[in-house]
Amino acid sequence: MTAKLRWGVLDAIVVIFALIPVLWIASLSFKTTATLTDGNFVPREWTWENYKTIFQTDQFVRALINSIGIALISTLIAVVLGTMAAYAISRLDFPGKQVLVGVSLLIAMFPQVSLVTPLFNIERNLGIFDTWAGLILPYITFALPLAIYTLSAFFKQIPWDLEKAAKMDGATQGEAFRKVIAPLAAPGVFTTAILVFIFCWNDFLFAISLTSTERSRTVPAALSFFTGASQFEDPTGAISAAAVVITIPIILFVLFFQRRIVAGLTSGAVKG
Amino acid sequence: MTAQQEKVAIPAQRATHRKPAISEGKRQERRLGWLLCAPAAIVMVAVTAYPILYSVWLSLQRYDLKFPENREFIGLANYATVLSNNYWWTAFGVTVLITVVSVAVELVLGMGLALIMHRTIIGRGLVRTSALIPYGIVTVVAAFSWRYAWTPGTGYLANLVAPNGAPLTERGASLAIIILAEIWKTTPFMALLLLAGLALVPDDLLKAAAMDGAGWWQRFTKVMLPVMKPAILVALLFRTLDAFRVFDNIYVLTNGANETSSVSMIAYNNLIKGLNLGIGSTMSVLIFITVAIIAFVFVKLFGTAAPGSSEEGRR
Repeated sequence: MTAKLRWGVLDAIVVIFALIPVLWIASLSFKTTATLTDGNFVPREWTWENYKTIFQTDQFVRALINSIGIALISTLIAVVLGTMAAYAISRLDFPGKQVLVGVSLLIAMFPQVSLVTPLFNIERNLGIFDTWAGLILPYITFALPLAIYTLSAFFKQIPWDLEKAAKMDGATQGEAFRKVIAPLAAPGVFTTAILVFIFCWNDFLFAISLTSTERSRTVPAALSFFTGASQFEDPTGAISAAAVVITIPIILFVLFFQRRIVAGLTSGAVKG
Repeated sequence: MTAQQEKVAIPAQRATHRKPAISEGKRQERRLGWLLCAPAAIVMVAVTAYPILYSVWLSLQRYDLKFPENREFIGLANYATVLSNNYWWTAFGVTVLITVVSVAVELVLGMGLALIMHRTIIGRGLVRTSALIPYGIVTVVAAFSWRYAWTPGTGYLANLVAPNGAPLTERGASLAIIILAEIWKTTPFMALLLLAGLALVPDDLLKAAAMDGAGWWQRFTKVMLPVMKPAILVALLFRTLDAFRVFDNIYVLTNGANETSSVSMIAYNNLIKGLNLGIGSTMSVLIFITVAIIAFVFVKLFGTAAPGSSEEGRR
C-alpha cells in the first residue's frame, strides 16, 4: 500500500511537471482581453474569441496550410527514401553500408545553424528561397537519419523467413509481400512517420531563416510575427490560441500512439 | 540480437547458393543495396556536405549582401574578426553554460524519470503519455508558454516567484529561465534513451545483488549504471550536441537581449539582420568545428561506447 502511494506521488509529480506549461498556454488562449493580464492560472472569464480571431486572419490560416503541407510531403518522402535505405541496411550485404550508417549518424548530430547561411544563398540562387521546396529539402535531410535508424531497428525484428514460407505455400512474390511482410513492417513505418512528422512540425530555425513572406512560413515561424486583431493589440491571446492549435496534433499522436512512439524512440536509441 | 541476425543472414546465403555463379548473385545484391540507398545518401550529402564546403568558401570572402560590389577574397580575415570579437565569445560562453547545466540536470532528472517509467507499479501508461508531451510539443509553443508565465502581470510564475521584478529583463534570471525551458522540453527524450538502457539490465542480476545484501544505492551504482553505460553515453552525446544548437527558446524568451544570445542566435542575426554572408559563414564553420570537436572528444574518451562503434559491436 505504501509502495503504491509512493509511486502515485512520483507519478503525479511527473504528470504535473509535464502538463503545466501546456495547460497554461491553453488557459491563456481562453482568456478574454480584459482578464489576459490578471495572472490567474485558470481563466476567470472564458471565451473563444482568440480562436475566432486567428482563423479569420490570412496570416494564420496560410501558415497552418504551409505547416501541414510541408510536414506531410517531407514525411512522405523521408519515409519512402528511409524505408528503401533501411531495407538495404537490414537485409542486404554490400560494401559502403557502414559508411552510410556513419554518415546518417553524423547528420543526426550536425549543427543545423551551420547550414543556414550557405543554404540561404544556395536557395536564393536556385530560386527556391521562400518556397515549400526550400523547407522540404532540409527537413528530409535531417529526418532521414531518424527514419533510417528507427526503420532498420524495426526491420531487423521482422521474421523474413515467413515470406519464404508463404511462397512455399503457393503465394506469389507480390502476395507474399502484400499479405505477410507489409503488415509486419507497417507498424514500424507508421511509427517512423509519426516521429518524422513531429520533427518537421517542430522546426523553427529553418522556417524563419529560409522564408521571408507568408507564402511558405510555417506556424512556428509565423507565431513570432503575430500581431493581434489590429496592429496595436497585444497578440498574447492570438499567439496562445495558435500555439494550442498546433499542439493538438501532437497531443493526439501522443494519446493514441504512446506505446509506438516510446518503442520507436527507444529502439532507435539502442541502435545508436 | 545475434539469433535474429543469423535468421536474416540465412535466406541471403541460400539465394546466393542457388545461383550457379555466386559472384553474380553477390553482385546483384550489391547493386540492389546501392540502388536502394542512393536516393537517401544523395539527398543527405547534397544538403549538408555541399553547403558546408560552400560555407568554407564563403567564409574566406568579404561578402555583404548590402554591398555586393565589395565582394572579394580576403583569406582568414573573417576568422580573425569573429575570434577577436567579444560578442562571439560571450555567446560562446552562454552556449557552453546552457549546454553544461541543462545536460547535467537532465541526466539526473532523466534517470529519475526513466526509473519511474520503468518501475512504477501504477499508472505506467499515464506517466509515459504525459512524459511524451514535452518531447512532442513544438519548442516555440513551449517557449511562449514560459515567456508568458514569467511576464510580470500576465504570468502566474512571475507573480508568484518574483512579484516585484521582471525576470526576463535580467541576465541571470533570463539564462535560468532558458535553461529551465530546455530542461522541461528535453528531459523526456533523455529519459527515453536511458529507458532503452534500463531495459537491458537483467532483473535476475538485481535480485541476486539484493540477496547478497546490496542496498538500493549499491544496486544502482554497481549493477545498473555499468550495464547502462553505453546508453548513458549515447544520451549524453546526443543531448550535448543538441543543446549546443540551442536557438528556439532563446529567440522567443529573450531574443538575445541582455547578452543571452547563443552562437546559433548570433549566426542567425548576422545573416538575417546583418545580411553578411562572409561573417555568417565564418560562424557556421566555427560552430561546425566546435561540434565536431565535442563529438570527437566523446568518441575518444569513451572509445568503444561511442554510437558508431556500438553499432559495429552489435553486428
